[in-house]
Amino acid sequence: MQLTNKNKPVDRRPMTVAEKLYIPAIIKGMGITFSHMFKKKPTISYPEEQRPFSAVFRGLQILNRDEEGRERCTACGLCALACPAEAITMEAAERQAGEEHLYREEKYAARYEINMLRCIFCGLCEEACPKDAIYLSQTFAPANYGRKGFIYKKDDLLIPDPTTDPEGYAKAKGTIPQSK
Amino acid sequence: MAEWVITLIEKFALVAIIVTVSLVVAMYSTYAERKIAAFLQDRRGPNRAGPFGLLQPLADGVKLFMKEEIIPNTSSKFLFIAGPLLAMITATMTSAVIPWGPTSTMFGHTMPLQIADINIGVLYIFGVVSLGVYGIMIGGWASNNKFSLLAAIRGASQMISYELAMGLSLLAVLLIVGDLRMSVIVDYQIQHGWNVLYQPLGFFIFFICALAECNRTPFDLPEAENELNMGYHQEYSSMKLGFYLFAEYINMFISGVVMATLFFGGWDIPFFNEAAHGGAWWVGLLSFACLMCKAFFSIFLFMWIRWTIPRFRFDQLMNLGWRGLLPLALANMVITAGLVLWLNNDAAPAPQKGVISQPSQTQQVSLTNATHQ
Repeated sequence: MQLTNKNKPVDRRPMTVAEKLYIPAIIKGMGITFSHMFKKKPTISYPEEQRPFSAVFRGLQILNRDEEGRERCTACGLCALACPAEAITMEAAERQAGEEHLYREEKYAARYEINMLRCIFCGLCEEACPKDAIYLSQTFAPANYGRKGFIYKKDDLLIPDPTTDPEGYAKAKGTIPQSK
Repeated sequence: MAEWVITLIEKFALVAIIVTVSLVVAMYSTYAERKIAAFLQDRRGPNRAGPFGLLQPLADGVKLFMKEEIIPNTSSKFLFIAGPLLAMITATMTSAVIPWGPTSTMFGHTMPLQIADINIGVLYIFGVVSLGVYGIMIGGWASNNKFSLLAAIRGASQMISYELAMGLSLLAVLLIVGDLRMSVIVDYQIQHGWNVLYQPLGFFIFFICALAECNRTPFDLPEAENELNMGYHQEYSSMKLGFYLFAEYINMFISGVVMATLFFGGWDIPFFNEAAHGGAWWVGLLSFACLMCKAFFSIFLFMWIRWTIPRFRFDQLMNLGWRGLLPLALANMVITAGLVLWLNNDAAPAPQKGVISQPSQTQQVSLTNATHQ
């Protein structure tokens, strides 16, 4: 039975003199390798040159702020519930008077942690969030020396404040295209 | 100043320059090897240290010096240290008899660009190259490691097998030239054309044997990574490992130079009459550059082959050496000897195969040699 046209019968004829000499084959091989010297190299010199991620790339989570720089998260816990890897932990707290410029609604997340060693970057937290508070960005978690370093706290996850650091905010949002 | 003092200074300067040159060339051969390997495999090679990665060999050297030096408990310590030293010393010793350029006037002093024009130049090279295998053998033996020992045995048997064919192919050249002196071999080629024209087969055999003598792929069985881990330098670390690796590259450079000298006219610049300029300093430098170009080309060829051909199996290696190259070299030598004898005796005006164009000149050369001795 033939599935493809690729199979070739094994040639069992005794080798000819030219084949036994081995030299023509070597020269042919050297020709092939030499031609590769002038071929275009597919290498991307990484730190200087970066391959852009696809538009739907699911990377490191960020906690979003609204346009006035207030945290959107209300610590409802839907993301933690949706998370199949159980990577998200949070603790809610009530907004006090005078904190209206910090938190958008009356309840906020006092503690918000994602364990990046557990996270599978499925994006279900993003889908579950009713407040547009958590997004998967275009970056990934950098290497670390200890397990503790992979538990990202709220400070690590929060997006820069758009009122004080608009450039950082735009970069984290992904509106500034990454340098190639 | 007495004449001998000047000669002494001149020779010391020459030794210093040549050793430095061969070390620098060996250093940058490692860089070239990595770059060529990369380019042949569609990669970019080292490009981080300095522009185009040109400082990479320095970085490698510093790294090797900084590494922890480990001498295994069970090794015999003296031999363990002697191994890499011997490899390094023999690698640098060979350059002494090679004529690096014509006799030229530099700094108001006429001198030959050759450290020692001894009358057994070719034999000296052979002797030193054979000593080179002791570095491998002693290192492999002293490591007290079965892989190292196996590699050392392989290295020794490979050297012995290929030295025979190499010597026989060389004999054919010596029959034509009629002298063992390296400078005479070069002079002969300048007068009569390069030896490779008369001895293409001899050159081919010599080249293959040189690959084997330098432990280069496809004959790198002593350091076959996937069979013997690292071969004879398995137990070595730090700069002692560096010396072994370095010696290999120096050997490669020297064998390139020897091949250029024996078969490609040495420092002879093609289609250029050096003698007409009466040993001017720039002719000396130009000839030296020409010799280096020839050597670099053969280094490139070595590397090109390394990144094209896979390694031989050990029985294939022995088969090729003893049943392929040795009879071929023997036949080549016998035929050359017959032709030389026939043409010299008959004093034939025009040789049929162009083995010797002017037999009287060879006789003249050998006569002058007789007076030398």
